[in-house]
Amino acid sequence: MARTLSRARLRAAALTLPLLAFVGVTFIAPLGSMLVRSFHEPHVADALPQTLASLRAWDGASVPSEDTFRILATELRRLDQQRKLGGVATRINRLAGGMRSTIMDTARALRTAEPVSWRETLTATDPAWGDEAAWLAVRRAGERYTMRHYLNALDLDRDSSGNIVAQSPDRRIYLPLLLRTLGVSLAITFICLILGYPVAYLIANASPARANLLLLLVLVPFWTSLLVRTTSWIVLLQNQGVVNDLLVAAGIIGDDGRLALVYNMVGTLVAMTQVLLPFMILPLYAVMRSISPMYLRAASSLGATFWQGFVRVYWPQSLPGVAAGSLLVFILSIGYYITPALVGGRTGQLISNMIAYHMQESLNWGLAAALGVILLLAVMLLYLVYNRLVGIERMRLS
Amino acid sequence: MMRNRGDRRVPARNQGTIRLALLVAAFGVWNAGCSSEGITVVSWGGSYEAAARKALFEPFSAETGIAVHVESYNGGLAQIRAQVETGNVHWDVVDLEFADAVKGCDEGLLELIDIDELPPAPDGTPARDDYFEGTYSDCGGGAVYYSTAYAYNRDSFTGERPSTIQDFFDLAKFPGRRGMRRVPFVNLEMALMADGVPTEEVYAVLSTPEGVDRAFRKLDTIKAEVVWWEAGAQPPQMLADQEVVMSTAYNGRIFNAQVLEGQPFTIVWDGQVLDYGQAAIVAGTPRLEAAKQFLMFASRVESIAAIGRYIAYSPTRRSGMSLISTHAETGVDMLPHMPSAPENLTRALRNDAVWWTNHAEELTERFSAWLAR
Repeated sequence: MARTLSRARLRAAALTLPLLAFVGVTFIAPLGSMLVRSFHEPHVADALPQTLASLRAWDGASVPSEDTFRILATELRRLDQQRKLGGVATRINRLAGGMRSTIMDTARALRTAEPVSWRETLTATDPAWGDEAAWLAVRRAGERYTMRHYLNALDLDRDSSGNIVAQSPDRRIYLPLLLRTLGVSLAITFICLILGYPVAYLIANASPARANLLLLLVLVPFWTSLLVRTTSWIVLLQNQGVVNDLLVAAGIIGDDGRLALVYNMVGTLVAMTQVLLPFMILPLYAVMRSISPMYLRAASSLGATFWQGFVRVYWPQSLPGVAAGSLLVFILSIGYYITPALVGGRTGQLISNMIAYHMQESLNWGLAAALGVILLLAVMLLYLVYNRLVGIERMRLS
Repeated sequence: MMRNRGDRRVPARNQGTIRLALLVAAFGVWNAGCSSEGITVVSWGGSYEAAARKALFEPFSAETGIAVHVESYNGGLAQIRAQVETGNVHWDVVDLEFADAVKGCDEGLLELIDIDELPPAPDGTPARDDYFEGTYSDCGGGAVYYSTAYAYNRDSFTGERPSTIQDFFDLAKFPGRRGMRRVPFVNLEMALMADGVPTEEVYAVLSTPEGVDRAFRKLDTIKAEVVWWEAGAQPPQMLADQEVVMSTAYNGRIFNAQVLEGQPFTIVWDGQVLDYGQAAIVAGTPRLEAAKQFLMFASRVESIAAIGRYIAYSPTRRSGMSLISTHAETGVDMLPHMPSAPENLTRALRNDAVWWTNHAEELTERFSAWLAR
């Protein structure tokens, strides 16, 4: 008996294998490889092994020996022939701006040069080789395991002696952006709750025919393309747009006092709230539908006013929906990308826009990965706090 | 496998597997057959791609019988890198911004093309001497010049109209909002030109920390009034809606709005930043021969000049200048609309692609930090 039961259980578990394999291949493996990229950077170490070995013995305070120059020149030549130099130069350039052309020009010059003194030839092609800073950059770029992407993502840097220092103020970008992203996400969650709660209540307590119609009104924008909705907001909110035209026509504002409603934080908040509102309304509606109207009636028959009944009877019962909707909206908005990119303008950009830049344009995947990890940790931390405050077992999605 | 079938009997339970294997093999052959019929060329969409279709892709197919499948992208090397690194190359030729062509060539993502392999000018001048300085890389020759300049809507101005790059940065003389692309490129250069730096010194000044500060200080003076755009289609739209009084824009987009839509736009060529694109072959493509045939066709002076009959982008080859004629559909004389027309070049800066590959990442971070403040 026990045996057949466990066999049946095994068979049932086997049915989930395709899903587990799918999740493994499409989610866990890529995620894992991105996590590794954020601290593992073998590119330069593999490309310049001998130069780095010879730099290990170097004191870092003066220009390296003739021998090191010769080894570097030999390795640059080899990489140039294999057409692998560009990637190496780009990575070193991240640690010292200008190194990319220093390295590429040197390699180009080495194609024809047959030097007597390597040191003179290299410093003649580019005086940067006569400065320790260039060599320090090479040595640091050669670290196979590195925390520099995390330092960079937290607006920190290392000074020439290796101490961790704050980034210069005009280059501090990621921490303010992360804080702004968290703030915007909280604000959107709050606005969605304020707007969505009464709507969900209305739908849950309407007659079936009306409830269906109202639900459809919630769902139709949900099914409409995200891009269409976002660009419609541009049409509505822009300077010469519908909203401003109406306000001017009504005499509320003057023609030269048109409000800036898009390409700023207002645009991001408005468009994202509209896009994410269904994710708040639907879980709320699902929970509210299961709350019997009898409770409120019982409360009022015992002498409670509507507000007392709502605060002490209805609200606590709807909390699981509030919890589910808020968590859903918050987590979705923290990684939101297209809407802020289109309507965010100067002040409405979020951290995901910077991650996309490093993924697609600068190709600095290590930094993109580090930013992603930090964002993930921030979400997990908030989730734990949330679990403490609300209790995840009280959350209900339907 | 085919021989196996005749030689000996296959156990019945294996037949299913073999049939499946044959099916897979057949699909593979069919798949390979399909892709060898033509090449995939990747362009930029919009009016530029439409021009390339008429001037390059269709004539090439007519001449060689090789079909051209066109795909669109938004620039950058990320997709090319992914294809090359996974060994699954399905793009054959890509139209790149020159900075990306240089970078991709250095990193081995593009096939090497010796400049001397490219077709000479009609009068026999070798390609090496026919291309303008710096418009070819180790992976091929440039295609067309395009320019970022600023334009305004004539309806927005009743009195004096802007005419210099200083005017773009002068809020007192010309109040109102301005459109600029949300990247450091071009904007920093224009800021320095407006601040009085001669064109030939712009990149030298920008190489110093003080120069970068100076450019950002100049941008600070108009920051409050700037509307930032991302896609090339936005500036003509913002100008038409009078959302901004002036905006930087790609000259070809403004030309199309002027000539095809009759918009009252004027381009201010003073302080324009010239750039060029380059077509290159993705490294490791299985259709290398056909791709090379296309690249040679696209590098002919006649082909490059033909693009200029559909959009106001001018040839990167000296011998192409005399071939600039009229717009293919409206008959408008193209020369005055070309970024490289002599009267438009009084103060023009050539974008230094190599300089930007060195500084793009650092300055983009700084620019983003500056924007967010």
